[in-house]
Amino acid sequence: MFSLGRSPTITCSPFTVFSHEVRPLSTFGPQAAQELGGADWLVSRRVTSAEHFATTEAPSDEQEVWRYTPIEELTLDDFAPTSDTSGNALAVFDSITPRAGLVEVRNGWVTRHECDEAVAAQGVFVGRVVDHPDAEELLGSVVGQSPDTDYFTSLNDAFVGDAVVIDVPAGVVVENPIVVGSRAKGDNIAAFNRLIVRVGENAEVSVVEHTSSGAGNMLVVPVTELDVGAAARLNYLSIQSLGSDAWQIGNLAARIGADGTATIGAAGLGGSYARLRLDCQMAGQRSSSKIMALYYGEADQTLDYRTFQDHVAANTTSELLFKGALADEARSIYSGLILVRPDARGTNAEQTNKIIKLSDKAWAESVPNLEIENNDVRCSHASTVSPIDEEQMFYLESRGVPTKTAERLIIAGFFNDVVSRLPINAADDLIGDAVTAKQDRHQNRAVESADEA
Amino acid sequence: MSDLVIEGLCATVGGTDILKGVDLHIRSGEVHALMGPNGSGKSTLSHALLGRPGYEVTGGSVTLDGEDILALTTAERASAGLFLAMQRPTEVPGVLLRDVLAASSALDGDDHDDAVLVELERIGLDPAFLDRPINADLSGGEKKRNETVQLAMLRPKFAILDEIDSGLDVDGLRLVSQRIEEATNNDDMGVLAITHFTRLLAELKADKVHIFSAGKVVETAGPELADELEAEGYARWVTETEAPVKESNTGLYDDPFAI
Repeated sequence: MFSLGRSPTITCSPFTVFSHEVRPLSTFGPQAAQELGGADWLVSRRVTSAEHFATTEAPSDEQEVWRYTPIEELTLDDFAPTSDTSGNALAVFDSITPRAGLVEVRNGWVTRHECDEAVAAQGVFVGRVVDHPDAEELLGSVVGQSPDTDYFTSLNDAFVGDAVVIDVPAGVVVENPIVVGSRAKGDNIAAFNRLIVRVGENAEVSVVEHTSSGAGNMLVVPVTELDVGAAARLNYLSIQSLGSDAWQIGNLAARIGADGTATIGAAGLGGSYARLRLDCQMAGQRSSSKIMALYYGEADQTLDYRTFQDHVAANTTSELLFKGALADEARSIYSGLILVRPDARGTNAEQTNKIIKLSDKAWAESVPNLEIENNDVRCSHASTVSPIDEEQMFYLESRGVPTKTAERLIIAGFFNDVVSRLPINAADDLIGDAVTAKQDRHQNRAVESADEA
Repeated sequence: MSDLVIEGLCATVGGTDILKGVDLHIRSGEVHALMGPNGSGKSTLSHALLGRPGYEVTGGSVTLDGEDILALTTAERASAGLFLAMQRPTEVPGVLLRDVLAASSALDGDDHDDAVLVELERIGLDPAFLDRPINADLSGGEKKRNETVQLAMLRPKFAILDEIDSGLDVDGLRLVSQRIEEATNNDDMGVLAITHFTRLLAELKADKVHIFSAGKVVETAGPELADELEAEGYARWVTETEAPVKESNTGLYDDPFAI
């Protein structure tokens, strides 16, 4: 076990002393965290987190939160943080216009940020956490801080690159979305993105976070913190479009103040194993959230969602709608919990996860849970896993729609009520085209495997 | 001039013999009414003709101008010129009427908006139906009008109408039957109209009326036969006790003409 043996706030000394420790130096040890450099407080925070992390037991699929996952196949030391920020311009910025601002992130490091002048003039901040006056307060303001965070969030605490901050002061309404494009590139690299969105009292903003990667083996551990103030409105859309060999273990946490609303959308498209833990806390009275996701697993992808609708205050509302399609040998795990705490009388909560299996070899597990500690509530949950509807297929085919096209239309139609309700519609085509491309690949694979048989 | 020829057609559903040797010959422009008691297999015939999964043809043949229809996929049958107006049209969430017509291989091109708007108006449906998910949240009558719009757009050589009259109000029935009658006159469309009621045939003039019982045609005559049936029922033609066949598409909404 590592021990600093002195105050962790003193960060200027080199860490070579630790090479004498008995435990072999892990890729993700305190020294590596130290080497990331930057502001003193940040280096210190990373190192403390890395020390804690080094003492934390790795997750096992025997734990409920990791059940059904390939987590035991993960060898952390196969990956290493990187400072490589090279690459071409990100296409996502061309797709989503007009914008109020953008942030380009490469392997966890900010390479470019812009904010519309008129928006910046109203006090909106779009940039790196270290450049924000409330930096230390902002980082971890929603997810907390190691050692009180989960295993991979602790790892993000220890190896976070440039945390991105979007901060909208009280009363300011930002019309157009702010786009954060994060790209990971390299082989055996690890990227630790962090996005913090703070929406002041009665303010409003829309944020698109697009995560993509190159083709290599990599581990992406993004953490997103959404802090929605009293009577504030946040629209947030995450598009996960990683390469087919990338692992994502993500944590998205939102906290909503009194009378605030958050509309949170997620599109799960890429990744080999892509997990998202999504916590939404209705912290203030009459706060409300709408949470929706569409996901499409193909080939041997595993998509894993763990959602938590946490009703703390009275008269709060949360509506969750997830829809997934699974082709080929893809797998999905959905586990959702609605928690109504003792003070949360008048809670209204819904949770729905629906899956269409496009292949006999696809596999889905869907586990809805309710935990209610107050009697004056309305909660419902629903979960379905079914093959594509034969009657719908026959109806369309009887109109002359060829089988493949009919299947594509039905899948697009199935996703439509999620897509049409997404908090930001500027990326609808981007998402729709990605789903169509996945569907085309699935159908080609189906033809190939039929030919082989 | 086209011919739809059904000879000795036998089919099973879930292992049960339903169709037991159906013979029908329909020519372009002709309207054939197919009437028969509940459970006699009329809907099974309509589904077997379009190749619905689970409806297994075990004997006989169906040809359209000599082409073996049974060898084709459902979509290919539609492209070849067959159309089925379903008794209970299926809701397809999120798929718009516009999408369906754009994707149909039975229609050239993918922008049919102007023509659809004309057909919607003629059948008494709001233009907004173009952009509504197909059959979702529609009344029984609206679904039947919507089926008729698709029939008018796809211009099949032969249309099989499975109780197109059920669910329609009086005005809807008139508009639908007039539109189909027009297609038989102007486009030479042939029709096989499965119905329980002569009201459909007030505007859609039947050339022949067939009585269907226990999985086959047992009597064929002119339009006067329909009137006779309406007055006297099927007792004359149902000699043996028929085990009622569960038709998959019955009873989801009230039939305003039900006796």
